[in-house]
Amino acid sequence: MEASSVAVEMSQRSVLARFRAYAGAYPARVFLAVMGIFAAWLVIKYGLHDFGQRTVNGVVTGSYLALGAIGLTLVYGILRLTNFAHGDMLTLGAYIALLFNVTVGVPFAVAVAAATLLTAAFGVFTELVMWRPMRRRKAGILQLVLMTIGLAFVIRNVIQMIAGAGQKRLDVNTTETIDFIGLSIGRFQLIVVIIAFIVLVGVALMLRYTSLGRQMRALADNFDLAETTGINTERVVIYTWILSAGLAGLAGVMVVGSIGSLNPNTGFTLLLPLFAAVVLGGIGNAFGALAGGLVIGLTQEWSTLPIEPQWKTAVSFLVLVAVLIFRPQGIFGKERTL
Amino acid sequence: MADSLLLGISTDFLTAWNFWIGVGILAGIYGIFTLGLQLNVGFTGIFNFGQAGFMAIGAYSAVVLVVDVGIPFFLALPLSMAITMLVGFLIGLPAVRLRADYLAIATIAFSEVIRITVQNARGLTGGNQGTISVELENDRFFSETWDDISNWMSTNLFDPIGLTGTDFINLPLLVVIWLSLVVLAFVLARVVRSPWGRVLRAVREDEDAARALGKNAFSYKLQSLAIAAGLGGIAGWFLVLAQGSVSQEAFEPIFTFTGYAVLVIGGLASFPGVLFGSFIFWAVYEGLRALELPLASDKDAALRFVLVGLVLILLMAFRPQGVMGKKEEMVLGD
Repeated sequence: MEASSVAVEMSQRSVLARFRAYAGAYPARVFLAVMGIFAAWLVIKYGLHDFGQRTVNGVVTGSYLALGAIGLTLVYGILRLTNFAHGDMLTLGAYIALLFNVTVGVPFAVAVAAATLLTAAFGVFTELVMWRPMRRRKAGILQLVLMTIGLAFVIRNVIQMIAGAGQKRLDVNTTETIDFIGLSIGRFQLIVVIIAFIVLVGVALMLRYTSLGRQMRALADNFDLAETTGINTERVVIYTWILSAGLAGLAGVMVVGSIGSLNPNTGFTLLLPLFAAVVLGGIGNAFGALAGGLVIGLTQEWSTLPIEPQWKTAVSFLVLVAVLIFRPQGIFGKERTL
Repeated sequence: MADSLLLGISTDFLTAWNFWIGVGILAGIYGIFTLGLQLNVGFTGIFNFGQAGFMAIGAYSAVVLVVDVGIPFFLALPLSMAITMLVGFLIGLPAVRLRADYLAIATIAFSEVIRITVQNARGLTGGNQGTISVELENDRFFSETWDDISNWMSTNLFDPIGLTGTDFINLPLLVVIWLSLVVLAFVLARVVRSPWGRVLRAVREDEDAARALGKNAFSYKLQSLAIAAGLGGIAGWFLVLAQGSVSQEAFEPIFTFTGYAVLVIGGLASFPGVLFGSFIFWAVYEGLRALELPLASDKDAALRFVLVGLVLILLMAFRPQGVMGKKEEMVLGD
């Protein structure tokens, strides 16, 4: 086809069709532009101060969502396991921290380390007892999904049997706030954001530059092919669980630090926002999960300006549904990359 | 139970008729609920995780239609079922195109959006935090018509055979729910053997092959989801009759998961399996209350859910087709 006729055809296509073609080619740009317009409208309508405060809150929420979402997306990408028990892994981590921090009475930092390590150990345990044998049997999606739901029931309710259904608090000061340029953030929330940022950059660098990270990405890309090239897949899978569950445990503690209290259902209520972050970022895409977590956190908190705050979780579910409908491979990154 | 320190088994508990009739009512309601899941999962291969949301639509629309709008009870029921099926159809339009696990996530998200909406939209439901009492309002009482029927059944059918008094006050509801369950299961079992049902199963086995034969797989999946939603709706308004009020907490995702437990206990691709699964699940689940454990009530409830979780894990690991399911008819996704 001659160049001139292409130009004619281009000019004949409707604005809408051209927009759709552009959105298909650059989904992240279009999505961020929409977010930007939304943000600008909020600033104009509600003022910079209110918008700034909601943004701070959104970054806090986004930080722990991103921490939790990375593990969910890694396990999905590498094992094709849609883990409905991931939210309850966050709860598990938070209660382990509670046990060490409040019941035993060790310093908070030690409790955080214990929560991360023990939740990671639990992740490895589920791999050895449940997921590895099921992979060998070539279990189907329904079998695996229902097993994760069963596991979620077990984790949540064992916690409830031991700790009771009531609200619990950690022995840290979650009410003290820091004020700067008219905005306030909890002192502990600031720590959450900093820890999340450091850990997420560390995980990103690990995935990008280390041999283990490359192997993880190879497995996510094509498990069987990776195995034939001589990668010790069982070993990589174990490391994946350590990373996924460990980060979930850490994220759980960060959730309690941010919102102040927890109960056995706390993690489960975060499961759908976590899925939203994962789907937004492209399932299996760790960098996407990071961005997706932040976007969901910001969207939830920004939405509390125009509409009442009890709707904010519904807003993130609608974002999830919209992404699944219009772009199931996610907004950020390529399809099925890590 | 909380103050008893020794593990014991209460036997008078087993003859508490009113309690067991209540359990039977729940078993029947969740049986109807699970028939929809069976049609979707067992016969169409679509993982509907939003059944509790459809149940909510059925329950709330029936109450609003009768109490607020003033439509007669028996007209409101088919109307609310139609609304539920329409919602199932609308949710299915985008959702059934998705891959198995995405569909599960999308439907559970939709069901949570529905639940949060009925919880917060006071203008729509008129209830505080989504709780509506179905008692007399504007001279209209949701279950008035039903209560008349129930009284008639008690006086003319059950009193003469000695099933009388407050112990058996809910017996008519139990009988009607289980009759509905059996009839619906029978009809569905016939339907899946019809030409329509054969296409449905072909879509489950191999969607591309069904398409190659000129069958519109998308349309069949959509119909399957809409029918399941309608069944969820029926379960929803029976729940209102059983509880005398409607509250958003009854539609949390955990109830969809409970439906899946009933489904896999009975077995995939078997409608009689749903009846069996409901009976076993609820008899065991509630029967465990007879064990007098030295536990607070929240911990006692947790123990029973731990067992539900273990049953799900072990069944899926060792007998994924369930007790009455057919292994050759089982599709577990790719």
